[in-house]
Amino acid sequence: MEKKNIYFDHSATTQVDSAVAKKMLEYMTDKFGNASSIHSFGREAKKALEEARKQVARLINAEPTEIIFTSGGTESDNLALKGIALRNRKKGNHIISSQIEHHAILHTLEYLEENGFKVTYLPVDENAMINLEDLKNAITDETILISIMFANNEVGTIQPIKEIGKIAKEHDIYFHTDAVQAIGNCHIDVREMNIDLLSMSGHKFYSSKGTGALYVRKGVRIEAIQHGGAHERNIRAGTENIPGIVGMGLAADIARVNLDDHIKNLTKLRDKIIDTILAEIPSVKLNGHRTQRLPGLVNFSFSFIEGESLLLNLDLKGIAASSGSACTSGSLDPSHVLLSMGLNHETAHGSLRLSLGRHNTEEEVDYFLEIIPEIIDKLRKMSPLYNPSDIKVSNPCDQCINR
Amino acid sequence: MYTEKVIDHFSNPRNVGEIEEASGVGEVGNVKCGDIMRVYLKIDENDVITDAKFKTFGCGAAIATSSMVTELVIGKTVEEAFKITNKAVAEALDGLPPLKMHCSNLAADAMHEALKDYMSKKGS
Repeated sequence: MEKKNIYFDHSATTQVDSAVAKKMLEYMTDKFGNASSIHSFGREAKKALEEARKQVARLINAEPTEIIFTSGGTESDNLALKGIALRNRKKGNHIISSQIEHHAILHTLEYLEENGFKVTYLPVDENAMINLEDLKNAITDETILISIMFANNEVGTIQPIKEIGKIAKEHDIYFHTDAVQAIGNCHIDVREMNIDLLSMSGHKFYSSKGTGALYVRKGVRIEAIQHGGAHERNIRAGTENIPGIVGMGLAADIARVNLDDHIKNLTKLRDKIIDTILAEIPSVKLNGHRTQRLPGLVNFSFSFIEGESLLLNLDLKGIAASSGSACTSGSLDPSHVLLSMGLNHETAHGSLRLSLGRHNTEEEVDYFLEIIPEIIDKLRKMSPLYNPSDIKVSNPCDQCINR
Repeated sequence: MYTEKVIDHFSNPRNVGEIEEASGVGEVGNVKCGDIMRVYLKIDENDVITDAKFKTFGCGAAIATSSMVTELVIGKTVEEAFKITNKAVAEALDGLPPLKMHCSNLAADAMHEALKDYMSKKGS
């Protein structure tokens, strides 16, 4: 049989769209000017920079002047949190976030805690959803910022962003959302959703690595965290990455024009995977919300087996996926997201994430669904935790909500 | 990141299963850290290991080391088997990634536990 080469890991990164790559090359070779230069080369670059700003702004219904280009999601998150915290120190020192944020948020918050800020990390329910009452109750007179991710990178749950934005506005608190996974996969309207700051990363929507942006609502002042020039309205010093920015602009346009079809196609494939796996494989749990989830993302816990061995088996069959297993994280602990959702260690170790993208086909999904039962069966037969005779009465997945 | 031998033992593990009425059974690891290995040994009256099987919950390295240790001990005496270390198992697989050396390289420990189980049964 022909060796397959199927990519189901779009939440990790995406392939650069060929039109985007072509345009980037043009701005590396022919139109290579520095946007700060006064001559024609510089003006050409500056024009392209501002055009890309419009394109990115349009994707989230923002104004071009509200977009600051960065090197990626991590920098955008750092700039948003530190920028707001440092600028508003006199107003208050309290920040509200959640337990399931990406490490770019969590580690930045830890840094701020070391520097005198107080952070409340909201818990989530078994579907990785925060509770709006918890959010309201966490607000104090000192609260200056709420930072809640748009959609979770591991389990795909989409938070009630509009409602969070409403609460933040009512209390006159800034609202930042890490929308790295949601951009190009969800309808985002920063006006309608009352979002004050939003982080995005180019390589998650078919643009290149090393590109990103932070949307900052007009009138919201943030402190610069990188100094050395007047670029990006004095907020982000450093010569603009014109090829990357131009590419991200085009990628934003492509994402916007195709968004409805993209969501429709991926949702169909996603639901086929979910329905088939839940029907055909015993002792399996879908992680994340059943419907309020990213269109292309599924995450399952298969009891009695460990995630990395599952990934390796899929890789041998030509499928690239990801896991929340400790073995794949470089630490001994499994995913903080799965543990926050109340999964026990054993179940968290056995998680598998598939994140589908623009180029995946139903044929690829069918191939995955054809081979997965065999792999699960093989690994379970190898597992000392697995006892087929009592599987129906002893299913750890039924007991994994241990909170 | 894994050697060809690890991938080989991982994708075609040798001696998977259980031995009924095993001479000794040993288990190490725990669910929390993501690895559990159980080794079954059949040992004859001359203290020679005639069969070995394993069951493992764990990553690729955990499965490959379990498979390798069963291959290494079959035909050895109890005394020789006690001298097989986790390090020797890793070396027989042409090495493991540094992170896996301590977290998933426990197969020799499980085999030693099985030997101890045999010794205590024999002594009683």
